[in-house]
Amino acid sequence: MADFLLELLSEEIPARMQASARNDLARMFAERMTSAGLASGAIDVHSTPRRLVLISRDVSEQTEAAREEIKGPRSSAPPQALEGFFRKTGLKRDQLEDRDGVLFAIIDRPGRSAADVLAEAVQQIVANFPWPKSMRWGSGSQRWVRPLQGIVTILGDEIVPVEIDGLQSGATTVGHRFHHPGPITIGGASDYIEKLRACHVIVDQSEREKIVREGAVAAAQEAGLNLLPDEGLVVENAGLTEWPVPLLGRFDADYLDVPREVIVLTMRTNQKYFACTDEAGMLAPAFVCVANIDANDGGAAIVDGNRRVLAARLADARFFWEQDLKIPLEEQAQKLSGIVFHERLGTVADKVERVAKLARWLVEEGVVKGAKPDQVERAARLAKADLVTGMVGEFPELQGVIGGYFGRAQGEPNVVADAIRDHYGMPSEPTSVAVALADKLDTICAFFAIDQKPTGSKDPFALRRAAIASIEIIVRNGLRLSLTQAVRGGLANVAGQLKDSDAAHRLDRTAPEILDFFADRLKVQQREAGVRHDLIDAVFSLGSEDDLIRLLARVKALQEFVETKDGADLLTPYKRAANILKKEKWEATKVAAGSDLEAQEQALVAALHTAQPNASAAIEAEDFTSAMAALASLRKPIDDFFDHVTVNDPDKAKRERRLNLLTRFRDAVNKVADFSKIEG
Amino acid sequence: MPFDEEGVLAPAACISQSREIAHIHHGAPALSLSFQDLILTLHRYWGEQGCVILQPYDMEMGAGTFHPATVLRALGPDAWRAAYVQPCRRPTDGRYGENPNRLGHYYQYQVVLKPSPADLQDLYLGSLSAIGIDPLKHDIRFVEDDWESPTLGAWGLGWEVWCDGMEVTQFTYFQQVGGFECKPVTGELTYGLERLAMYIQGVDNVFALRFNDSGVSYGDVFLENEREMSAYNFEVANPETLFDAFRKAAAECENCLANKLPIPAYEQAIKASHVFNTLQARGVISVAERQAYIGRVRDLAKAACAEWLERGQGA
Repeated sequence: MADFLLELLSEEIPARMQASARNDLARMFAERMTSAGLASGAIDVHSTPRRLVLISRDVSEQTEAAREEIKGPRSSAPPQALEGFFRKTGLKRDQLEDRDGVLFAIIDRPGRSAADVLAEAVQQIVANFPWPKSMRWGSGSQRWVRPLQGIVTILGDEIVPVEIDGLQSGATTVGHRFHHPGPITIGGASDYIEKLRACHVIVDQSEREKIVREGAVAAAQEAGLNLLPDEGLVVENAGLTEWPVPLLGRFDADYLDVPREVIVLTMRTNQKYFACTDEAGMLAPAFVCVANIDANDGGAAIVDGNRRVLAARLADARFFWEQDLKIPLEEQAQKLSGIVFHERLGTVADKVERVAKLARWLVEEGVVKGAKPDQVERAARLAKADLVTGMVGEFPELQGVIGGYFGRAQGEPNVVADAIRDHYGMPSEPTSVAVALADKLDTICAFFAIDQKPTGSKDPFALRRAAIASIEIIVRNGLRLSLTQAVRGGLANVAGQLKDSDAAHRLDRTAPEILDFFADRLKVQQREAGVRHDLIDAVFSLGSEDDLIRLLARVKALQEFVETKDGADLLTPYKRAANILKKEKWEATKVAAGSDLEAQEQALVAALHTAQPNASAAIEAEDFTSAMAALASLRKPIDDFFDHVTVNDPDKAKRERRLNLLTRFRDAVNKVADFSKIEG
Repeated sequence: MPFDEEGVLAPAACISQSREIAHIHHGAPALSLSFQDLILTLHRYWGEQGCVILQPYDMEMGAGTFHPATVLRALGPDAWRAAYVQPCRRPTDGRYGENPNRLGHYYQYQVVLKPSPADLQDLYLGSLSAIGIDPLKHDIRFVEDDWESPTLGAWGLGWEVWCDGMEVTQFTYFQQVGGFECKPVTGELTYGLERLAMYIQGVDNVFALRFNDSGVSYGDVFLENEREMSAYNFEVANPETLFDAFRKAAAECENCLANKLPIPAYEQAIKASHVFNTLQARGVISVAERQAYIGRVRDLAKAACAEWLERGQGA
C-alpha cells in the first residue's frame, strides 16, 4: 500500500470555482476507485490559484483478481450454437470446460496494477471535469478551466505515467510564481506539502484562510482598529493567493462623506479589501488588502499602489454622490417615466403609481397599522427614484440604500427615508412594511396580468422570490389581510393602466391563479418549519381562507390534531363517509330522522348537535385548537356508527336519512379543513 | 489650446510637481518611463518575441480588439503574432477633461499571439519587468475576468491582471470570434497604457503624465482634445447625420459582402460600430433600440468574418 499524489498545475483558477472543484475532484476520484475495484484510504483535496491537489492514502497495489464463469450451450448442441459461444467468449473448444455435458467458459481477470487504474482515472477526471466554464488554448483540443501546465502523479515514490494532450506527467512542479519560479522535484505525497511550503506555496486552502482571517484582524488591531469580518472575502483572498500577506493601508478621511455602504462595497467587490471600524464602530479610513508576496520593501509599494487605486474609485463615487445630491429625489422620480419596466407593463413610473396606490390602501384598510397614509405614499413615490442616479448606475447592488441616504440628506422624515432604503427587503417598520409589501404584490400581480407566470425552472422576473418575501412580511409582522382582496386591488391597478380591454376581463381568472401561486409558495416556505404541505392544501381548499395568519394558525392546529390518536383515527371514517357520498353522488335531502333510530345513529346525531356549533364558534373566535377538540368528540360516535349501522339499508327512508347524516358529519369536519386533501 | 503664444508647452493640468516626484522616489527607479518610452519599450520587447509591430489602424474604434490584425487574424489556422498601439474612442466615457481617470480617447497596447504559447503568462510578466515593475516589490495577480464582445460575436476566458490592486491588463484566450470557434486559440493582451503609465510614473491625474522626457505632458497633448470631443459627442454631434452614417455604413458593408470583399466589409462594420457609440453618447438611442443596433453591428461583423474564412484567409 502506498499514498498517491495528484497535482494538476494550471494558470490561475478563478477563486469562486475552487471549492466545488475540490469536491468534484474528490468525488470523481472516489468513484473511479470504486468502479475499478481499487481499495484506498482517506482522500484529501487542496487547491491554490494554480493547483488542484489530491492525496489518496493507502492505495492497494492492485485490484483483486477475479474469475468469471459463463455457462454455455450443451456440448451436443448444433454447431451454430457452439460457434456463437466461441465468438462470444473468444475461446476455442479445447479451452472450455465440459461439466456433465454443459460447456463453461472460465475467464480469469487478473488484478490490474494500481498505476494502471490511477492513470486511467486521472485521464477520465481531466476529460470529464465539470468546470462551470472551460476553455481551449494553443493548438490543442483539451479543455480545462485555464491552460493546464503540468501534472504530477506519484504513487509511493514512483511516477504514474499519464499523458494528456501532449502533456506528460512527472514529479516536477513549480513553486510560487515570483518567489520560486523554477522547477521543483517532488518525492511523493509525503513531502509534497512541505516542499511547496519551502517554495512559498501554502497548499492547503484552510491554512491560507486562517492566515488571511487572523492576519487581517491583527493588521487592523495593530492600527488600533477593528476589522469588519467578512468570511466571503477570507475565502476569496485565500483563493487568489498562494502566499497570503495581509497589509493595512489608509485612505483620505475626506472620502468618509461617501455613504459607508458604498465605500465598503467598492472595497469588497472591486478590490477584495476588508473594511475597518474605529472604537465607536464608525467606518475608519483604512483597508486591509491581501498581497501574494513577501514584498522586498515590506509591502510599502503595494500598500501605496492599492491606496491610489482605492482613492480613484472613491473619488469617482464621491463625484456621483455630490452630483446626485444636488437633484431632489422627487425630480429624479420624474425621470422614471423614461425607463421601461417591461414592454407590456409600461415604465417604472407606471409601476411607482401602482405601488403608491396599493401601499396607501394597505394602510387605509388597517392592514398595516401605525403608519401614516401620506408618508407611505410619499415613500412609495420616491422609493425607485435612485434608479436614475449616477450612484446606483455605478453600484446597482445599492439600490434603495442609496435612495435612503439621498432622502435623509434632502430632509425626508426618517420613516420615509427608512422605507426607501428597506423596501426591497423584508422590513418591520410599518411605513417600510407597507411599501415593501405593495411593491412585491404589484410585481406579482402585474406579471400575472400579462400572463408572464413562472413555469418550471423559468422565473425570469423572480416572482417566486417576491411571493416568498411577501409571505415573510405578512407572517413576521402579523398582517391581517384578505389576500384575494389585495391581489384584486393590485390587478385592478394594472388593468387601469393597460389600455387593452382584455386585462380587465381577465381579472376574475387571474386572481385565483395568484392565490394558487401563493399557496404553492407558502408550502415551500413552510416546509422548512416542518409544516405539512397537504395540511396547507386542506385549509386553502376551503376557498374561504385567504388570511395567511389565520390560515397558518389553522394549519398548525390541524397538524397538532392529526398527529393525535383522535385526529388520525378520525381520518379513516371521514374518508369512508366521503367515499360513500361520492360514490352515491349524494345530495342532502330533507328527510328527517325517523322514530326508529339505532342507538349509534342517535349518538352521532347528538354528537354532531354539540360539535357543530362548538366548532363553528371556535373557528369564529379563531380558536382552532378548540375547533379540533370539537371534531375529536365525533371520533367515537362515527366509529360506532360504522361498526353497527348499515348505511345501505334496504329501507329507502333509512338509507336516505343515514346518507344525510354522513353528509352532516362530512360537512362538519370540512368546516375546519378539507380532510380529503390530507394524506395518510 | 495646449501651446501658448511662444509655442512653449503649457504646464500640466493642476497637479503639483512635488507630489509626482515623491511618488517616483519610491514607485520606480530614478526616472520612470515616459508615456512614449513605455510604448517604445513594449514595442522592443514584443518585437523580440517575434511580433509584427504594426501601426494603429486608421479608423475610429472602441478597443484595440477591433483592429483586423486581431479580429480577422484570430480566425483560421495560420500562426500570427502582432503588437500595436490602438487609439480607442469611447464617446460615453468622455468627461470634458475634468475627471483624472476617465477619457473619451485613450490608447491600448494590444498583443496577439496565435497559437497562444504555453509560456504566455511568463512572456507577459517579462514585459512588466521590461517596463520596470519588480514582481517581488509589486503584487501582480491574475483575477478572473471573462471577456465578451456582443458587437463582435466574440468571447474568451482569462483575467484582468492586477498590479497592487490596479487593473493594468486584460488577458484573454479567445474562444470565439464572429461566432466562429478560434482554432488555434489566440492569446490577447490588452494593456491600458495610460493607467499603466500613471502607475509607473506615480501620478494621480492622467493629464499629468510625462509624455516624453522633454517636458511635454499628456495634458499638453490631449486635454483640449478631450474637452472638444466631449462637447461634440455629448452636445453637438448631429443625430440625423449619424443615423444616416450608420445606415450608409451598413449598406456599404453589405455591398462589400456581395462582392466578396471581407476586409472592406469589416471596415464598414467598425465604422457602424463607432457611429453607434457616438449615438449612444448623444443619448438618442433608447434602451429598447440599443439591442437592435448591437445586433445589427454583430450581424455585419459576423458576415465579414464568415466571408474572410470563406475566402480561405488565415488558411
